[in-house]
Amino acid sequence: MTSVTPDSVSSARPDVLALGPVAWAKKNLFSDWFNSLLTILIVGIFGWGIFRLVLWALTVAQWQVIPNNFGLFMSGTFPSQLYTRIWAILAIICGLAGLSWGVLGRNVSTLFSRNVLIGLGAVCAFIVLFPPTRPNSLQLLPMVALVAGGAAAGRQIGRKFPGVGKWISLSWFLSYFVALWLLGGGLGLTKVSTNDWGGLVLTLFTAVSGIVLCFPLGLLLALGRRSALPVVRLLSTAYIELVRGVPLVAFLFMGQVMIPLFLPIGSRPDRILRAVIALALFSAAYLAENVRAGLQAVPRGQREAAMSLGLNTPTTLGLIILPQALKIAIPAIVGQFISLFQDTTLLSIVGLAELLGIGKSILANPAYLGRYAEVYLFLAVIYWFFCYAMSLASRKIEEKLNTEH
Amino acid sequence: MRKWGLLAAALGLTLAACGGGTTTTADGEAAPAGGGRLDVVKERGQLVCGVDGGIPGFSFVDESGTYTGLDVDICKAVAAAVLGDAEAVEYRRLDSTERFTALSGGEVDMLSRNTTWTISRDTSVGLEFAPTTFFDGQGMLVRADSGIADLEDFAGKAICVETGTTTELNLTDQMRQLGVDFEPVVFQDADAAYAAYDEGRCEGMTSDKSQLVARRSTLPNPDEHTLLEVTMSKEPLGPVTTNNDSGWYDVVKWVTYGLIQAEEFGITSENIATFEATDNPDIARFLGQEGTLGTDMGLPNDFMVQVITQVGNYGEVYERNVGADSEFALERGQNALWTEGGLMYSPPFR
Repeated sequence: MTSVTPDSVSSARPDVLALGPVAWAKKNLFSDWFNSLLTILIVGIFGWGIFRLVLWALTVAQWQVIPNNFGLFMSGTFPSQLYTRIWAILAIICGLAGLSWGVLGRNVSTLFSRNVLIGLGAVCAFIVLFPPTRPNSLQLLPMVALVAGGAAAGRQIGRKFPGVGKWISLSWFLSYFVALWLLGGGLGLTKVSTNDWGGLVLTLFTAVSGIVLCFPLGLLLALGRRSALPVVRLLSTAYIELVRGVPLVAFLFMGQVMIPLFLPIGSRPDRILRAVIALALFSAAYLAENVRAGLQAVPRGQREAAMSLGLNTPTTLGLIILPQALKIAIPAIVGQFISLFQDTTLLSIVGLAELLGIGKSILANPAYLGRYAEVYLFLAVIYWFFCYAMSLASRKIEEKLNTEH
Repeated sequence: MRKWGLLAAALGLTLAACGGGTTTTADGEAAPAGGGRLDVVKERGQLVCGVDGGIPGFSFVDESGTYTGLDVDICKAVAAAVLGDAEAVEYRRLDSTERFTALSGGEVDMLSRNTTWTISRDTSVGLEFAPTTFFDGQGMLVRADSGIADLEDFAGKAICVETGTTTELNLTDQMRQLGVDFEPVVFQDADAAYAAYDEGRCEGMTSDKSQLVARRSTLPNPDEHTLLEVTMSKEPLGPVTTNNDSGWYDVVKWVTYGLIQAEEFGITSENIATFEATDNPDIARFLGQEGTLGTDMGLPNDFMVQVITQVGNYGEVYERNVGADSEFALERGQNALWTEGGLMYSPPFR
């Protein structure tokens, strides 16, 4: 593809910028009486709403409920003497995130650009100035250092060994099992019943496990639905349509309440495992449709060209069709992941103490009765943070994979 | 191709890791032939107790991450009696819709989850109700200065109520019986209902009395609100086990009675040491110094000693969680001992 010469684009820009804030506002917000009225009305409504929110947050709200129960929010009833294990998991995630960032950004001229430095500084300042729980919050500073150090190291490693990306993926994969081991114990560590997993840790664990499991399943279902083999096609279609016709809550209830009735007393899988499987099976059906949309967007000519080059079906799929299809489907797939993350809140209805569930328990503490607004606002911020991070990551991946100019 | 292999291996490994690594307590035991749930619990060394986990005063998680509340203390008492350790309990949080299935499916050994004892639950659902640990009833919360003293005063006035609950049915039944024409304002969610009441959208708010009292303490000016004398329904709440396991049901039943009997005897967690050499034969039998009351049930003979030292008697449990020592300061009322005009009555330990 030929790239468009940037002249035509950039020539238009300075005019807009040259307007200045006042002129810009006049042109866009107050061009005539109707627009002015709308602007004033909307700014008024928003301003009043934000003013009331800030007023409430600073005067009426009693935020003690958050720091006093911070450990509960983060990891539920996980034994507090074993919190070092949670910190170890966080350290692994931070280190790997830093490494990946460094490796991916090895060709960027300055890894720590001004914006990134400002961002890091803001995070540190936030940790120091706004301590959720003072002794623990300072432990977050080394985590930030770990991300930065990992990034610097990853950049060097990435430049020396260009093929290191594969190993990073593998270590992410392995870290999942290390985290599982640190959470559950065994093999030399004190065992922690899954019943004691809770809070944000459980939310993230179920979401990540659900995502990891539903992706390959959804991919296979999407391929199955487009397969030439009638039985495979029929079964895939039937599965997708059946699952999409049932609400997730029904699925979760099925997993938590019905499954034990069918199994002999001796074999009863763990509740969290059941929840993860239900989430994954459910999301796989939706993911399959997203992937199918991507598959259908790949022109027929691509497959025919691959076939005429002598590639067989698996290699055609793996090397030609899927890379293009998945790239097209990224926004939809990430959207599905985000909704899976939010769907984990439904686990609180089937009695798992994930973030929302533990929030309910904390609200039942007589000392914090009626602190609904504070607790739910806090939870909303956490959910927003993770969902926004995911959508940010998806945009970066899209940019990186975008080969069309 | 290698990628697919890796993917398949990943899938298998994840499942194996989740399943193998985490199938821990509560599961994996087959009921021994002839024995019941009691043997299962003893063998496991832990009691799996179904609680709600989100009811003020009855079950919640405190700052240190431990389950607390009146319902929770009943679980602890049973664990102390059977296993000698009140902390050997795994709490399962159960929704009201799944609690009975979880119990009959064997997910939990017993329920201690604000369950009202009704005939249909006892017969057709197939449950066994241990003695009531809290006599609740539907009440009505009004503003003190509203001048409403009785249900008849609600003619033409609005009452906030949660939809789909027995509370709503009870209210309409009662009002129809009295011939009072009121305006029900129904809410899906309890929080929204109390908020609406607080904003003055309704003159009255109806729910179980224990909940009304708990919620009243969260209103901006609790003293401005008062509970009417009227009780619109009977809500006896207590622990539950499944049908067809008399041995286990007896244990839960008599541990619960034991809590009440201990209060009647005046034995508390603090003064129990003074009863070590008692002259009273009833107390000596009760504490396992004489007779075989415990071993007859398959428990250690001193099971009530364990319960009282680790959990306390019923009065202590009540005062600590919902009574004078708690935020709610609920009067004993119907929950007082029969000797003090209440309904708490234990058959003799003989």
